[in-house]
Amino acid sequence: MNKRRVIVIGGGLAGLAATMKMAELGMSILLVSFLPVKRSHSVCAQGGINGAVNIKGEGDSPEIHFYDTVKGGDFLAHQPLCKDMCLHAPYIINLMDRLGVTFNRTPEGNLDFRRFGGTLYHRTAFAGATTGQQLLYALDEQVRHFEVQGLVEKMEWHEYLGSVLNDDGRCLGAIIHNLRSGEIKAEKGDAVILATGGPGLVYGRTTNSMVCTGTAVTSAYLQGAKYGNGEFIQIHPSAIPGRDKLRLMSESARGEGGRVWVPRKAGDSRKPREIPEKERFYFLEERYPLFGNLVPRDVGAREIYDICVNDKLGVHGEMKVYLDLTHHTREFLDHRLGGILEIYEKFTGVDPHEEPMEIFPAVHYSMGGIWTDYTRTEDGLIDHQSPNNQMTSITGLYAAGEADYQYHGGNRLGANSLLSCIYTGLMMSPGVINYVNNVPESVEDVAENVFADATRQWQEKFSEIKGMSGKENPYALHREMAEEMISNVLIVRDNSKLKSTLDKIDEFESRWKNIKCVDTTDWSNPVPSFINQLWNMIQLSKIITKGALLRDEFRGSHYKPEFDLSQPSDFKPETYLEFEKQKEAGIVKENAFEPEHLAYMKRFSVNNKKWLKTTIATYKEGRPEISYEEVDTSLIAPRPRKYD
Amino acid sequence: MPDTVTLKIKRQDSETSDSYWETFTIPYIPSSNVISCLMDIQANPVNAKGEEVTPVFWESNCLEEVCGACTMVINGKVHQSCSALVDQLEKPISLEPMSKFPVVRDLAVDRDRMFGALKKVQAWVTADGYHDLGPGERESTSHQEVAYKLSECMTCGCCVEACPQYSLSNNFLGAAAISQSRLFNMHPTAKNIADERLDTLMQKGGIADCGNAQNCVEACPKSIPLTESIAEMGRQVSGKFWRNIFQA
Repeated sequence: MNKRRVIVIGGGLAGLAATMKMAELGMSILLVSFLPVKRSHSVCAQGGINGAVNIKGEGDSPEIHFYDTVKGGDFLAHQPLCKDMCLHAPYIINLMDRLGVTFNRTPEGNLDFRRFGGTLYHRTAFAGATTGQQLLYALDEQVRHFEVQGLVEKMEWHEYLGSVLNDDGRCLGAIIHNLRSGEIKAEKGDAVILATGGPGLVYGRTTNSMVCTGTAVTSAYLQGAKYGNGEFIQIHPSAIPGRDKLRLMSESARGEGGRVWVPRKAGDSRKPREIPEKERFYFLEERYPLFGNLVPRDVGAREIYDICVNDKLGVHGEMKVYLDLTHHTREFLDHRLGGILEIYEKFTGVDPHEEPMEIFPAVHYSMGGIWTDYTRTEDGLIDHQSPNNQMTSITGLYAAGEADYQYHGGNRLGANSLLSCIYTGLMMSPGVINYVNNVPESVEDVAENVFADATRQWQEKFSEIKGMSGKENPYALHREMAEEMISNVLIVRDNSKLKSTLDKIDEFESRWKNIKCVDTTDWSNPVPSFINQLWNMIQLSKIITKGALLRDEFRGSHYKPEFDLSQPSDFKPETYLEFEKQKEAGIVKENAFEPEHLAYMKRFSVNNKKWLKTTIATYKEGRPEISYEEVDTSLIAPRPRKYD
Repeated sequence: MPDTVTLKIKRQDSETSDSYWETFTIPYIPSSNVISCLMDIQANPVNAKGEEVTPVFWESNCLEEVCGACTMVINGKVHQSCSALVDQLEKPISLEPMSKFPVVRDLAVDRDRMFGALKKVQAWVTADGYHDLGPGERESTSHQEVAYKLSECMTCGCCVEACPQYSLSNNFLGAAAISQSRLFNMHPTAKNIADERLDTLMQKGGIADCGNAQNCVEACPKSIPLTESIAEMGRQVSGKFWRNIFQA
């Protein structure tokens, strides 16, 4: 057995995929998780996982999947990674099938696929409406088998606080907090992988689970790691309101034919089923005849905002629209969407087989995350043996899954997250092992005081936290901060509001110092951890807000009406490719283009030159310093997006 | 509409300390669930006597009844606290930790035994490797429907909490693990070690410990046909038993 060891933080799809693959390759793994890994947030993913298997004979291919992904992300994603991911997607789905995922089947017994947003193909494999849960369970089972064989050691009920770094800034392990005993100690690891998911809780109530605070990646940022594209936060068009959380209503409801509508008349007080067909406004179908209800999420969320806020057509005058499945039979719905319809009924008391659901947009996913590296091959794919893949800007510290930033650009397509999580976990593993086997000095040979010093720093920090005796309740302060983020850093963004939010966040930061640690006991006490996490959430909210303030454009989920380039409604994206080709050749035949189109293309070109860049946040003197990096767009030429 | 909601919560400071009841009265807010009440207590940890106390500790994650974490005994009935809606509960609402597991603190318990049971029944597929070996076996829709239902088990503990046979002092595997052994014994490749699973079920703590009270299936929040699973595994075990005799 390999004497060197890798620490994986987080037991969702990405963490488990990496654990499983590295264990297969003989590496010892320490797997650290807040909760038993079977309860990780990946269970919340409902609709499915994308892979161009072309079961329906529609001519789908990984190349088209790649194009849809890059276009969906408004060209902000690094293309070799997306291409490699999409190329491996059919294999990943087959692998998960072999590992026991109970995917839905066609009559012939093949895997069944359904439609999802941002594509015109049936490309999404699914297990009822609990696909994430099923995928997670399959990986959990594999890892449990390795645990029995002694290759994987699990530390559940433990939290990552930070990395142990040597003088050269290389990661040598992690400081781990035992959430029961409260003990803080260093665990040595020749590499550490952060597979810790997204930061939804920065926005308080979202579709995310309670552990999704983004605290681990923020801790890495505070230790010097770069953070990428923080301002790109996905708002999911369809969620169910709730006091503790906003539960997701899967995009698969629309993938299976669900129709979004509002009454044509503002303030119509009739019950939805009493409103005749011609008095219903199927606004997505009317505005986007080609993609209809399956426009990408950024587009869908903006349209719902527009219909409710600008047109004031929201159901009961609120920020809500109908999502209607009542035209399907009960049998069809139960077989393909069972889990989620049950959840809707449980929480709202309304049966979605009989009544249209009332849904509204909610914070769902972070396209941004900790910056990670990769090595591309000459043909535009990824060299899977490279130790650079998924490495953060801290040597030996890696990230995977939603925690990283590079696969989804400015907007993620539905059912691509399960794919990117499993893909990154599997893809990075050989490279991480190559790194570990070639580090000049194993952590076992590093002087003990390096670990002791780092441990002491965190122990002191936590005893300071426990001693906080101010006036603010940390949970109440969190609610207030989240409210501010929800109000001003959401679907529609405005510079003056973003600016005032940044000031507000500074206020929250000073109020944090006046927190009272409302529980100072030693056993199984979550309060000191939460206070520390809240500090990190405050730092992360600065990354998101400052990134949003400085990015003066409209791209993907980041919408500033002030900088909307106003695409003419009859414009075709191919025209832009022709325009660019002529520009490259040195002569643009300006007369050949409609003047309005020409002006738009010029605006688009100038804007891309300035803004088609990754936002990088680096921690400097208590704030994020923002800079920009080039995006690898070498495989598909950037062009305007269009879905109608 | 009431102005307030009262919750009686059975608390315990550590694994070894005695439990005690504490009452909290919080403002009533429409569409609350038990979790949002516990969150309100966190944000203002003051009991009904007006004393400042430590916030109540509980375990939760997804809040949409797919992770299984937040299971507890609510008004005497085991349930996920996320899907326990205040408007549908009798007041005052009583909250207790599950009784079939060691209490960690307050409403949180240690369910390691359930994950241990999954190891015992080898609830996994043995793969030749994670490289590209092409698609898995084709399956009928009817097979998928049975397997899917079984694989929705989130190891929440409702079935064993409701089971009169499962106790802190015995080693019964419980309905969840037995049902998982059924799931893997019907998988096209995991069934290659079906006999090993049956051997486990034939041992002490195995299927013979089931007293057929059928509480498990009633308590399961995912309506998994647990009694069907137990019956099916009973059949497989007796088949194996007779085969053992004839082969001996």
